[in-house]
Amino acid sequence: MAWAGKILRVDLGKGTCTSEPLNMKWARDYIGQRGLATKYFTEEVDPKVDPLSPQNKIIWATGPLTGTMASTGGRYSVITKGALTGAVACSNSGGYWGAELKMAGWDMIVFEGKSPKPVYLYIENDNAKLLDADWLWGKSVWDTEPAIKAKHQDPQIRVSCIGRAAEAGCLYAAVINDLHRAAGRSGVGTVMGSKNLKAIAVRGTKGVGNIRDPKGFMKATTEAKKVLADNAVTGQGLPKFGTQVLMNVINEIGALPTRNHRDVQFEGAKDISAEAMHQPRKTDGKPNLVTNQACFGCTIACGRISKIDETHYTVQNRPEYWGASGGLEYEAAWALGAANGVKDLEALTYANFVCNEDGFDPISFGATVGAVMELYEMGVLKKEQLGIEAPFGSAKALTYFAELTAKGEGFGKEIGLGSKRLTAKYGHPDLSMSVKGQEFPAYDSRGIQGMGLAYATSNRGACHLRGYTVASEVLGIPVKTDPLVTEGKAGLVKAFQDATAVFDSAGVCLFTSFAWTLANVQPQLATACTDEFTLEELNLIGERIWNMERDFNNRAGFSSEDDTLPKRLLTEPAKTGPAKGLTNGLDKMLPEYYQLRGWDEKGHLKPETRARLGL
Amino acid sequence: MQKSLYINADKCTGCLQCEMACSYENYGVFNPAKSRIKIFDFDHTGRKVPYTCTQCDEAWCLHACPVEAIKVDAATGAKVVLDDVCVGCKVCTIACPFGTINYVQDTGKVQKCDLCGGDPACAAACPTGAITYVDADWTGLERMKQWAAKVDNQPRA
Repeated sequence: MAWAGKILRVDLGKGTCTSEPLNMKWARDYIGQRGLATKYFTEEVDPKVDPLSPQNKIIWATGPLTGTMASTGGRYSVITKGALTGAVACSNSGGYWGAELKMAGWDMIVFEGKSPKPVYLYIENDNAKLLDADWLWGKSVWDTEPAIKAKHQDPQIRVSCIGRAAEAGCLYAAVINDLHRAAGRSGVGTVMGSKNLKAIAVRGTKGVGNIRDPKGFMKATTEAKKVLADNAVTGQGLPKFGTQVLMNVINEIGALPTRNHRDVQFEGAKDISAEAMHQPRKTDGKPNLVTNQACFGCTIACGRISKIDETHYTVQNRPEYWGASGGLEYEAAWALGAANGVKDLEALTYANFVCNEDGFDPISFGATVGAVMELYEMGVLKKEQLGIEAPFGSAKALTYFAELTAKGEGFGKEIGLGSKRLTAKYGHPDLSMSVKGQEFPAYDSRGIQGMGLAYATSNRGACHLRGYTVASEVLGIPVKTDPLVTEGKAGLVKAFQDATAVFDSAGVCLFTSFAWTLANVQPQLATACTDEFTLEELNLIGERIWNMERDFNNRAGFSSEDDTLPKRLLTEPAKTGPAKGLTNGLDKMLPEYYQLRGWDEKGHLKPETRARLGL
Repeated sequence: MQKSLYINADKCTGCLQCEMACSYENYGVFNPAKSRIKIFDFDHTGRKVPYTCTQCDEAWCLHACPVEAIKVDAATGAKVVLDDVCVGCKVCTIACPFGTINYVQDTGKVQKCDLCGGDPACAAACPTGAITYVDADWTGLERMKQWAAKVDNQPRA
């Protein structure tokens, strides 16, 4: 079984909490977490809904492997219609919160309506109630979690909450749990804030004890852990260097977007890389990186725990920032660093801390600052309105903007709108490096061609976690393909997208897929849940989930016209590196991709595709 | 030869595989709330520390028990709670200086680490070697070796 078999429905308008049995037919067809919650969401919510209206819903969901001994089995996702994108949003987080919800006996929580005043949901096993959060409103994530633990006199409570960025209306506000793990993208935190919902505090002591075949499960999970341990990426690279292991690699192949994608290589990459995080600082002799850290159940442990140099300008005489906390992952280091031409590792770490402290996505924030800096250098934005000189490379501008965006003050209010709205407002929409309103992550699609198609077709806007063909095109996982060509990429993107949907629905971390294929996930799901989860079935489910998300977006008003890339990537060739002279060849990949997907030329599902997938 | 759990906190990543292994071994359920080993995460330092019973020779819990519900397992040296004797009075939880014996609401008894009869599940589950099960007389061996490695006694060429 492994599902708890029960969902919690919270009507924020009425203030009620109701238990419902899980729809087991849907669980069988969509597994859990991303797939299953999106099924609930798309069945219950009008695709045309305004993301910030009470009619939007927001779901916290675990997978069947969440809260088990499966490696990385601690994941949860937040599913809603994204505030930043207006597309279906599904942001995935680790830490310990997801497992705690499952241990309390719930697969997911569906929030509907809007509370008339700030509230937080408190769950203690079967008991759930909404409590007043007036006293928490206006507090950061870092103040909210300890305050809730103190109030309930229970240090073992886990908290998933928003900070001040969401309250202030930042459109890419994140949901943060365990102080520095984030359901980061698309503005899921903004939707949470729009409902006057501050936090979900959970204590679960029931555990997960309904594994279908316990002996088979222990054997399957033990074998899968060995695969992770024996793999060079998951067994050595990620624990030692974190995702930051990529910084120098991606820079060398000329795919590190730099200064708002003007360049594809960053001269300061080595200064903000994993290797730099290990180097003792000149000032205090200590490295930026304190240790690595695992999320619940994770035998990889890629998380970075960092300390900022106490003499650095950002934290001088501010001991509240001297403790160890969540350090730079690759995407954040890129967005806060290379995207703005900033190479001050301590400044990036501080900006990252601020993103965690007040809950906003460092990718969209950093990329938006990149657009602001370009507009500043063009003379469109002036020092007087920004409050600071903001040329590319200015660490001081970056950290100043982070502080403003955290609280929605000054120009931070505009940065909080994201690059699409900001650049449009100032007359240069082409300078927004985004798809469907969501900013790119850290791979330039001129140097990694397949990623251009993956970005253009991602159901939640530009994203590296929907079809990570970097694995194949750069790292050779599962097979090496040439990053500079478009041939074969349509099939590659589709395969990655479908498989990823299964990982995201099972309750395990996508990073296992550096070592695992679905063939490694299948025995774990089958022994935990049902032997109907065969490999063929999982492949079909992945495709079904992808198409379900796509269909929702189509009904929300997205079409083939939105499956595109900013002009810069299609018309301005890469200036240096192996991809020099190349633009992204999206037009060569997209028609083939539609064909493989079984979509018409407008990007809509053909009737036979619907029938084949049971949609 | 008796063995001891040897805990090297420097290697702990905070994954809680040990807590799940412990609860699964003893209750057949993945549930850190029922684990007899606990990982403490000291947020602001980045330190994670596994903590459980050290199996004291002159065990306070054993001596405090008014009904003699705690016995020594002669093979492993573990101090083991006899569930059919324990009355749930909790005096042992007061007596233990380290807090490693605790009450369980569901059963009305106390629980503590019993070394799983000589094959501790936590040590088997630990992916980083932070928890190992070693010769009870040589829990210092790994640290001795680390320091010994620093001795510079190579003959100079």
